[in-house]
Amino acid sequence: MSGPSEAELAKFVVREARLLDEKRFDEWYELFADDGFYWVPAVHGQKDPRLENSLAYEDKFLLKLRVERLKSPQAFSQQPRSRCHHLLQAPEVEDFQAAKSEFRTRTSMIYTETRGDESQRYAATAWHTLVWRDGALKIRLKRVDLLNCDAMLPSIQLFP
Amino acid sequence: MGRYRDDPRALLDLVEDDRVHRDVYIDPEVFALEMERLWSRSWVYVGHASQVPEAGDFVTLELAAKPVIMVRQADGGIRVLMNRCAHKGTKVVSAPSGNAGKTFRCPYHAWTYRLDGSLAMIPLKEGYAGTRMEEKGLSGIFNVENHRGFVFARLSDKGLGFKEFFGGSLSSIDYLADRSPEGELEIAGGCLRYLHNCNWKMFVENLNDTMHPMIAHASSAGTAKRLWENEPADRPKPMAVEQYVPFVNGYEFFDQMGVKAYPHGHGYSGVNFSIHSAYSPIKEYEEAMRRAYGEERAKEILGTVRHNTVYYPSLTIKGAIQSIRVARPLAADRTLIESWTLRLKGAPDDLLARTVMYNRLINSPMSVVGHDDLHCYRSIQEGLAAEGNPWVNLQRNYDSSEKDKAEIVANGTSDLSMRNQFRAWRELMTER
Repeated sequence: MSGPSEAELAKFVVREARLLDEKRFDEWYELFADDGFYWVPAVHGQKDPRLENSLAYEDKFLLKLRVERLKSPQAFSQQPRSRCHHLLQAPEVEDFQAAKSEFRTRTSMIYTETRGDESQRYAATAWHTLVWRDGALKIRLKRVDLLNCDAMLPSIQLFP
Repeated sequence: MGRYRDDPRALLDLVEDDRVHRDVYIDPEVFALEMERLWSRSWVYVGHASQVPEAGDFVTLELAAKPVIMVRQADGGIRVLMNRCAHKGTKVVSAPSGNAGKTFRCPYHAWTYRLDGSLAMIPLKEGYAGTRMEEKGLSGIFNVENHRGFVFARLSDKGLGFKEFFGGSLSSIDYLADRSPEGELEIAGGCLRYLHNCNWKMFVENLNDTMHPMIAHASSAGTAKRLWENEPADRPKPMAVEQYVPFVNGYEFFDQMGVKAYPHGHGYSGVNFSIHSAYSPIKEYEEAMRRAYGEERAKEILGTVRHNTVYYPSLTIKGAIQSIRVARPLAADRTLIESWTLRLKGAPDDLLARTVMYNRLINSPMSVVGHDDLHCYRSIQEGLAAEGNPWVNLQRNYDSSEKDKAEIVANGTSDLSMRNQFRAWRELMTER
């Protein structure tokens, strides 16, 4: 059967970050599978997004809401607009299940978000659970573990 | 020495019946006086008893900008101690939570204290004989009350008693606890910690400001509403849509919601209904409530859906969705907002899942609702530096007779709750 190579998984993760850095949020949103989630835990090693508080745990509807809100002239917290930058280490393939068409990568990164004169920087690890559907990779889960996820945090407005 | 410390009149003149001077939000000296007076003479929220279930369990926190320990005693009581070694001033515990066993031991010179704060041991004690140090324990806060699991402390020896201070507003905590079929709550799901670079009062006042949601949250809740309207009509309504969309209800809705004020700054909006009224029922839970309380009482408890209740100055609760928010002031322009979720004992997990979702959608540092709120508070913090008008307006639906009434109900979009908070501010800031 056909499927992605390990190199293609890594390329996908790099492209995903680039779409965010270039504010191509509509294209970024399309990378998610219909049952995909974006998760930023609030504690180290968090297991459960349903019964434990997370910084974000969003299905496609909620991601669409974020992406559409960013286009709204009434998104007051986006005046001035935020920018983000993902500095990635080469993604490592953690799990390669060709038979199930499911794959998992781990990517160390430095995430920077700026707005006006303010700048924040986070060390983080991104975990991508990817699925191969209709000849394309899709995100089933993007989990981002911020190193200081349980610290007192200011507004994080884009997508680590 | 200070402009306000040495001039009681100038301090009280900052608050008028229907407006306040900008210095209550931006002046560092006023902030210091607030911590010394208002936050010390009030009953401020420390934590929930379920965070320290066993003897020796503790949590550490900053209370009115002072480091404290809340600790469960061997006899089951809860004490609040200053986290400061009598010797050199070291914090005796630095973990956010844990179990101390039978004693706290200072990491610097091993001075050791019992759970009640009394001194247990000093190495080479004879060397301290005849000094003022030999019997000194951790300073305790002796005015501590546990109301249905909610632990409050009054730092100052002077001030109103607990019941007198909160009065009828305690009914909101009671209704919240009664939402458990067993009448008991526990902290569950952890805490979201959101740094607000603004004065603590902007956050507290906002909770019953019902003239802002339809404006400030148009980009988040309004977008949720629009996206949902474009979904196929037969798609079941997700919980997130139920939670977001009422934020952009019209002025009429919020006005008819009603607001109630109690003496000493407390009060709530959502007297008649609230943005939490129309959530889908969770059948298994409602049956458990009817079994526990009977048809009529269960209906009354579940029909009480108050919006935000403010226990001035520190705690705000949302009974209908069992979440609480705690203001921890750090500086005139810095406040930590902690948002906690509660489990209703005896209720299915769906209830906890619902409050955890609400907390992350509304109270997280990544919340699109929170982003626009905080943007507005920060804009006030910066805007108040302008010249020409030093006053902040609290005038909406002002009625001069409201000052003399013990409990007042008004239309939901009134600024009543803010005026009521500043009447308490004036009373608690007065030097005695």
